[in-house]
Amino acid sequence: MKAWDDLRIEIYVARMLRTGVFLAAIVVLAGGVLYVAQSHGPRNDYTHFHGEPQALRSPSGIAHRAWALDARGLIQLGLLILIATPVARVGMCVAGFWFEKDHLYVIVSAIVLAILLYSLFFDH
Amino acid sequence: MDTMAFSGWIFLSSLLAGLLGALTGLGGGVVIVPVLTILFHIDIRYAIGASLVSVIATSSGAAAAYVREGFSNIRIGMFLEIATTLGALLGAWLTAKVTTHTIGILFGVVLLYSAYSSLRARHDHLDAKPDALALKLKLSGCFPGENGPEKYLAHRVPAGFGLMFAAGTLSGLLGIGSGAVKVLAMDQAMRLPFKVSTTTSNFMIGVTAAASAGIYLSRGYISPGLAMPVMLGVLAGSLAGSHLLVKARVHTLRVVFAVVIVALGVEMIYNSMAGKL
Repeated sequence: MKAWDDLRIEIYVARMLRTGVFLAAIVVLAGGVLYVAQSHGPRNDYTHFHGEPQALRSPSGIAHRAWALDARGLIQLGLLILIATPVARVGMCVAGFWFEKDHLYVIVSAIVLAILLYSLFFDH
Repeated sequence: MDTMAFSGWIFLSSLLAGLLGALTGLGGGVVIVPVLTILFHIDIRYAIGASLVSVIATSSGAAAAYVREGFSNIRIGMFLEIATTLGALLGAWLTAKVTTHTIGILFGVVLLYSAYSSLRARHDHLDAKPDALALKLKLSGCFPGENGPEKYLAHRVPAGFGLMFAAGTLSGLLGIGSGAVKVLAMDQAMRLPFKVSTTTSNFMIGVTAAASAGIYLSRGYISPGLAMPVMLGVLAGSLAGSHLLVKARVHTLRVVFAVVIVALGVEMIYNSMAGKL
């Protein structure tokens, strides 16, 4: 029955991933329409690197800007949802392996989850 | 160029990159970075930031189709993701330490290798001699073969793990999925069936990219105005590409695309050495 259980985890995961990507694309598109509509004058300069403003660099900062319906904040929120989908995927695998009572793989997927959360929530 | 025209051009280029990436199996990231830097003169850090985000979109978006085929292996994928995510952290950390010229040259080399690997002949080796470490880690499975389910077991686990760490580092440093290296690790080093390698690699690409995306975000590499058209374009292009894949004959296309990739690779290396990147 093990193969079937693995398949069930994968099907749930794939469904979640597809929903996540769809949601992310909608939010990015909404922010993008707003961004293009509000833009005036010449385009942003991307030839020289200066980095994004601090508020658009962290999950909490992005949430604030998106809540205020700021166009670039909304795009970043969509991208953040997108980045969160693989993280949620690994989280679901931790739970799935737990239900399968596969302790080795609960640990393996928990290590991967810890690495992802470290990357996302620490200021680098 | 105003913002609307610029976003439109970037969207169209990304659409094409995603389409070609899906048709050839190389992924959109490996094409979009040279296009953004060479054609649009965008700083490579913004380019890899936008590319990395689109890589996650492609990987997650294609997941449902791959699961249905029944080839991907979540245990092998999850175990190797320890290596790729750690490598991705190192790669993302390195982007701030090495010069943009070094990134450009390395990118060119990876392009040349990707072109080579997309044309390489594929053959499976199902000589399942038991491998103690692979058995202990349950790195085995079965896939739907022509004559019913076929079993397989991973070989040379440490070599595969090491190559995966390198693949993760490249992914974090260059903002690409580095699917070519991931497939090399599973197909050549670990002797897994080719279909299992490619579908499991697709699953791993999203998780690997997410590990460096957090670092890219907090360093300010992910610029909304640029990432928006790139992400939407590559996603739409790769979804269209995977639908076309069922109908189109891809061999000729693969050869044409390999030539394009080689040209981009040479251009990246030349521009980096000439200090134009």
